[in-house]
This record gives sequence, C-alpha cells and structure tokens, in this order.
Amino acid sequence: MNRPLLTSGAPTRRWLSDRDPRLRILAALAFAGATVSLFSLPALLLALGIALGTALAAGLSARRTLRRLLALEGFMLVLLILLPFSVAGTPWLSLGPLQASHEGLLLATQILLRANAIVLMLLALLGTLEPATLGHALGRLRVPEKLVHLFLFTVRYIDVLDAEFTRLRQAMRARAFVPRSNRHSWNSFGWLIGMLLVRSLERSERILAAMKCRGFDGRLYLLEDYRWRAQDSLHALAFGLLLAAVLVLEALQ
Amino acid sequence: MLLTGAVVTAGALVVALRRLEYEQIPRAAVLSAAFFVSSLITVPVGPSSVHLVLNGLMGLVLGWAAVPAILVALVLQAAFFGFGGLLVLGVNTMNIALPALLCSALLGALLRRPGTNGFVIGALAGLLGVSLTGLMVALSLGLSDPAYSVAAKVILATYAPLLLVEAVVTGAIVGFLWRVAPELLFVRGKADD
Repeated sequence: MNRPLLTSGAPTRRWLSDRDPRLRILAALAFAGATVSLFSLPALLLALGIALGTALAAGLSARRTLRRLLALEGFMLVLLILLPFSVAGTPWLSLGPLQASHEGLLLATQILLRANAIVLMLLALLGTLEPATLGHALGRLRVPEKLVHLFLFTVRYIDVLDAEFTRLRQAMRARAFVPRSNRHSWNSFGWLIGMLLVRSLERSERILAAMKCRGFDGRLYLLEDYRWRAQDSLHALAFGLLLAAVLVLEALQ
Repeated sequence: MLLTGAVVTAGALVVALRRLEYEQIPRAAVLSAAFFVSSLITVPVGPSSVHLVLNGLMGLVLGWAAVPAILVALVLQAAFFGFGGLLVLGVNTMNIALPALLCSALLGALLRRPGTNGFVIGALAGLLGVSLTGLMVALSLGLSDPAYSVAAKVILATYAPLLLVEAVVTGAIVGFLWRVAPELLFVRGKADD
C-alpha cells in the first residue's frame, strides 16, 4: 500500500482538531487577505512569525513542511532574482552592465515573506484537515453544491487512481523502462496516462451504476453538522487580535 | 489582476456548473482525479524535468466540466501541497481553464470528424493549452505590476521545453484514446454538444 497523497502526515494537536473546520477556513482566508495588504518589513516579519507559530503549534512535520516551502521558493526564484535588477531605483549592487536597486530588493523581500507566511498558514490550518472534512466544511460555507460534490468525489478517487498509476508504472519498470528525454519515453508516458484515463472512465461508470443502485439521485447529503463552541469564539477572537496587531504595526510604519 | 481572475473564474464556474448534470459528477471527478495524479509525473526533458499541465487534454475530454475540475485540483494542491496560494486561485484557474475551453471549442469538433489523426489533434491541444497558459501567466504578471515584466519574459522562456513535451505526450494520449476508447473523446454530456 502506498501512502495516501493528501495528508499532512502529522497527527493534529487537539487545540486545532477540536476547532470548527469552518473557523479554520475563514481564519486562513482572513490571514491571507490581511497579509497581501502588508508592505512594511516589521509587519511582514510579524505575520511570518504568527504563521510559523501556528505551524509549530499545529505540529506540522518540520522536514516535510520545509520541503514544500522549498518547492515554492524554487518556483519564485526567477522572480526574486530578477526583481532587484528590473526595478529602477537607488543602486545597491552592480554586476557588469546590470544594476540592482534597493527598491527591487525590498520588493523581492516583501514577496518572499508574504508568500511564505500565507502558504505556511494554509498548510497549518487547512493542510491538517481531512480532505473530506474540508469538502464538507466548504459545503457548509455555502460553496455551490455541485462543486462540493465534485470535490468530495475527486478527493476519494485521487488515492485510488494513484494506486492504479503506481501499479502501471511498476509494470513498466518491470519491463526495464527508464524515463529519458526522448520521444520513446514521452510516448510511453502518454500511453500510461491514456490507460489511466481509460480505466478511470470504466471505474466511473461502475461507480455511477453502483450509486444508482443505492438510490443516488444526484445528491450527497452532508451529514456533518458542525457545532460552534465557546472555545471557537475564543480562538477566533485571539486570531482576530493577532491579525489586528499586524495591521496596526503596518499602519504605524 | 487578482480580482479580474476571480471574476472571470467565477463567471466560467457559474456556466460550467449549470451545464454539469448530477449524472456527470462521478465521471468528471474520476477524470479530474486522474489528471491530478498525472500532473505529478516527472517527465525528463533535456537536462531537467517538467510536470505536465494537460489542460488541453482536459478541455478535449471534459469540455466545460474542465473549469470546476481544474479549480478543485488547484484547491487541493494549495491546501495540501502548498503550491500556489489562496488568493491567486482565481487567476490560476482562469489561466489554465480558459485555454482548456478554447481547445475544447476549436479542436473538439475536428476530433469528432471521421479519419482524423488523433495524435495531431492531441499535439495541437497540448501546444495550444500550454502556450496560452504560459502567455496568460506572463500577462497577468506583467499587467499586475510593470516591475514583473522581465521575470514574466523569463517565465515564458521556461515554458518552451514544457511545450515540446506537452505536445508529444498529449498527442500520444489522444492517439491512444482514439484507438482504444474513442467513446472517451466523443460522448460528452448532452449539454455539451
């Protein structure tokens, strides 16, 4: 058995897992919304600190989280390296004909801090949810029902199809397939994905038939009714105060 | 730019969800999961490697349902892998889903003509899907702040190897489906035709 794709891998701490999932979604959204409006470095650092604190308190595995953040950094590297050179302003560093400016450096730093803070908070608050719970909570937050259904079904089948994919891939490996940068490899990957799609489609027909058998009329019933507790209000208040502190710090700068 | 993306995505989503019948949901979801898994494959190209986007193919196979499918995949990636973020969801969905819709509109009919070469259509879909996405990503960067324009050009350049691989792989997939399971390419929801 391979490991499920969509898990944080860490057992969630009680203080977080007891919270209403809707609160976690709204808190992550509020944090992202507040953080994009920040420009001053102290406020951004505070935001990153809050995100880091939440991630630590949520018990995220440090290694895995770091790897995910590094993937993000790799993606943004181009932007970060080029920005100091492409923004005009007071010179900071010159490489031959290229001039790096202070303004560009500042902008790149802002982006780096902002993106990391948001992603860290996202992984801490939402990445630790069961994917199905996330779907149900989204449904309770009035996300269109069809979208929630699609979400729940997709979550269910990602792991099934991943297992199927691993099986097909293993069969290829057994025939000594080593992916290289050539037409043969690309064609083989194409056929692999094609086969995965064909089998998925057959599976989806069986699912629909089985579900109709059980009286599926096109709706899943969202059974979980989340109860908002006093503790949730307390946490929401504390989180709101932290966000307010960040925004005040930003306003003071 | 974030706002534009969110508005366009929301609009496309409303249309797509109205067209998506409950009967089609399991099918759309299984395919969307298949695309999610496929996008995790690391394909070597030259000295480096790329991940496939497959939005051209999604357009061909899913039609309008590609829009919610792409959104769901991006939400999952953002929440569980930390790829992308919450606020760029709208822009990202727009940049990937609009080319998918275009492929579906332009190439879907061609594909349904008897005697078509599946590989060629697939390769065109891969090419069109990824190049448009690259262009739109660069544009959304460049338009949101002129300071990003140099970075946007570099990012556009990194799409070149992906373009080649995506075209060949999508071509192979569609050629394969054309021979093995043409029903996957032809029969779509009633509402789509």
